[in-house]
Amino acid sequence: MLKKRLGLLFALMLLVVGLVACGDDEDTSSGDNGSSGDNGSSEEEVVIDFMHLWPEGSSKQHNMIVQTIVDEFEAENENVTVEMEILGNEQYKEKLSVLGSSDDLPDVGMTWGGGFINPYVSGNMFADLTELDTDIFIPGTTEAYAVDGATYGLPLELNITPMYYNQAMFDEYGVDVPETLDELKAAITTLNDNDMTPITLGNRDAWTGSMWYMYLADRIGGPSTITDAISGDISFESEALIQAAAELQELVEMGAFINGTNGLGNDEAKGYFINEQAAMYLMATWDLPEWTTNEDNPQEFRDSIGYFKFPTVEGGAGDINSYVGGPGVGLFVAENSDVKDEAKDFVGYFVERWGEMSVTDAGVIPATKVDTGSLDLPQMYIDILNDLNEASNLTLYADVQMSAEAADVHLNMIQALFMGEVTPEEFAAAHEEALRAE
Amino acid sequence: MSNKKIIALYVLPSLLLLAGLVYIPIFLTGYYGLMEWNGVGAMEFIGLDNYMNLLQDPKFWFSARNSFFLALFSTLSLILYLAVSLILAGKIKGKELLRKIYLIPMLLSSVAIAQLWIKIYDPNNGMLNSLLQTLGVDSPPAWLAQRETVLVAIFIAIIWQYAGFYIIIYSAALKGIPASLVEAAEIDGATPIQIAYKIKVPLISGVIKTTIVLAIVGSLKYFDLIYVMTGGGPNGASEVIASYMYNQAFGIKNFGYGSAIGFALLILALITTWGIQKLTASKNDSIQF
Repeated sequence: MLKKRLGLLFALMLLVVGLVACGDDEDTSSGDNGSSGDNGSSEEEVVIDFMHLWPEGSSKQHNMIVQTIVDEFEAENENVTVEMEILGNEQYKEKLSVLGSSDDLPDVGMTWGGGFINPYVSGNMFADLTELDTDIFIPGTTEAYAVDGATYGLPLELNITPMYYNQAMFDEYGVDVPETLDELKAAITTLNDNDMTPITLGNRDAWTGSMWYMYLADRIGGPSTITDAISGDISFESEALIQAAAELQELVEMGAFINGTNGLGNDEAKGYFINEQAAMYLMATWDLPEWTTNEDNPQEFRDSIGYFKFPTVEGGAGDINSYVGGPGVGLFVAENSDVKDEAKDFVGYFVERWGEMSVTDAGVIPATKVDTGSLDLPQMYIDILNDLNEASNLTLYADVQMSAEAADVHLNMIQALFMGEVTPEEFAAAHEEALRAE
Repeated sequence: MSNKKIIALYVLPSLLLLAGLVYIPIFLTGYYGLMEWNGVGAMEFIGLDNYMNLLQDPKFWFSARNSFFLALFSTLSLILYLAVSLILAGKIKGKELLRKIYLIPMLLSSVAIAQLWIKIYDPNNGMLNSLLQTLGVDSPPAWLAQRETVLVAIFIAIIWQYAGFYIIIYSAALKGIPASLVEAAEIDGATPIQIAYKIKVPLISGVIKTTIVLAIVGSLKYFDLIYVMTGGGPNGASEVIASYMYNQAFGIKNFGYGSAIGFALLILALITTWGIQKLTASKNDSIQF
């Protein structure tokens, strides 16, 4: 019970913090009303409350970019003050849900896409931002923030998932970059014959293994297979989805993945790749700095890392330019904000400037289009950004697309598949049941 | 003011604290268990549905089974702790140093201990498997990744974690035994094993009963290492009641059901404590908390 008690105590403290913060809100807004009454002009003083999750300590570059953008916006709009409140990731999530439960969200804040926004949208707490959803965004990125055709958040980051590989190791054992699943299997066999671990994967948290399953489903059944099965347009027990599970199980059985993958966390698995104990690693582009700019990794290692697109499957309906990935955090505007128009202007401005600054200053790939010609970036970034411009499809991570309950089943089933505890048919049936139970 | 009023006045502050931080939250947990609630927005009253679902939830019973295994394992490990304490209480060289070494795990935070054991159990680079391979074991198990080994692997880490705590308790109790009793036995020709088994252990039986209750109740609500080392995985193989409660409430935002699990855990712990007290009660002593 101790944990429970601590949890409740913590929730109580957050509530108190929340209430204090709300008190501030009301003070400032009533002050604004007073001054607008006095002046009666359009140049009234407005305060935008902005909550974000990049503290100076842990996300220095992100924090500096935000500060720069806020300063610029305030300089351009003299009557506007942006008041920031900065919390770490977990505290941010907690506080947002507490503020959400009392309908006291900040004017502008950060949110995640997919299932995360549903309670806020159905509670009518997020403002409709469809008017700001323009062609500056890479196609497919704002869909993660859309409900029933309206956009409720503007994404700041975008991640796709390439397969990183150790070129030096490939050369040593005479392995070529695989373009099809059969070539990948041949590469795995060669590496195994030489006592090398082909692929490192930290499946303890299972979202990592989920990316493998999603790619296989994409390459076998075509780009919309997973999304359609989750939304209910097709059954999860359709042939392509069962076959994808069977292929994944075959990879497991042939020893493609590192020994004990279900017990390894993602960071531990990545450690094997960095220690050059494994040849391939499927992970999102948020790891790009590790292979390019991170001075903690030896230069020689970083130079030997390349990437390739997930191989196609012979006879499958998939396209090699289709990616598994998803936007990271995005910005929302509160529906009940007193300064909704200014907040929307701020969000629009923020997204545009963020897109210009984030990739060079923080190594983040923004969800907005980037002109690679004018930027001084490591080659791998330029290649990825060019690939993004040619991307035919982006499938949002399955566990993000699903409701929390279905995602829990999905992640457990992925582990079960790796352990050989379920057959591909049982795997699909469990998904179908969990997805339709809602 | 009368004596009683003064006593009440002095007790009041801590009573209020205790009520606000312990008893009221317990009551609220039971109350939330009657609700359908995702943590955001409005609650919906659904009566006893959560509790009925709980009784039919195989995952809950599986996690309860694991919790009871842990309780059994922890109780048996008390024998080991007691043996170590008895040895340390004897006349052996370097016992002060050993006592401090056994105490070290108590000074580490749970997360640090978990990280340490994750490194030890690492299937390819870990200390344990490297050792096994040098001893000639061809393919040692991937401890935390397999259903067959994951529970035992975590239990061993938990035994190590709590060794210092119980050894301190037993050592303190053994120190309270009058030296004259031991000397008299020695003069009568008793061996050290006889002294330990027939004199020391019976004399600290009250403390032993207390530690049994502590070990069992502590095991039923155990959470820390399991959450960090496996998160209850793989595929739920190492889930215990508290981690299942956490995953339901904070993982999939099913706060109503999570509260129901928490309340069921409380009741289980109460029943178990009561049961042990009944089982171990004798005429002369009673366990005081």
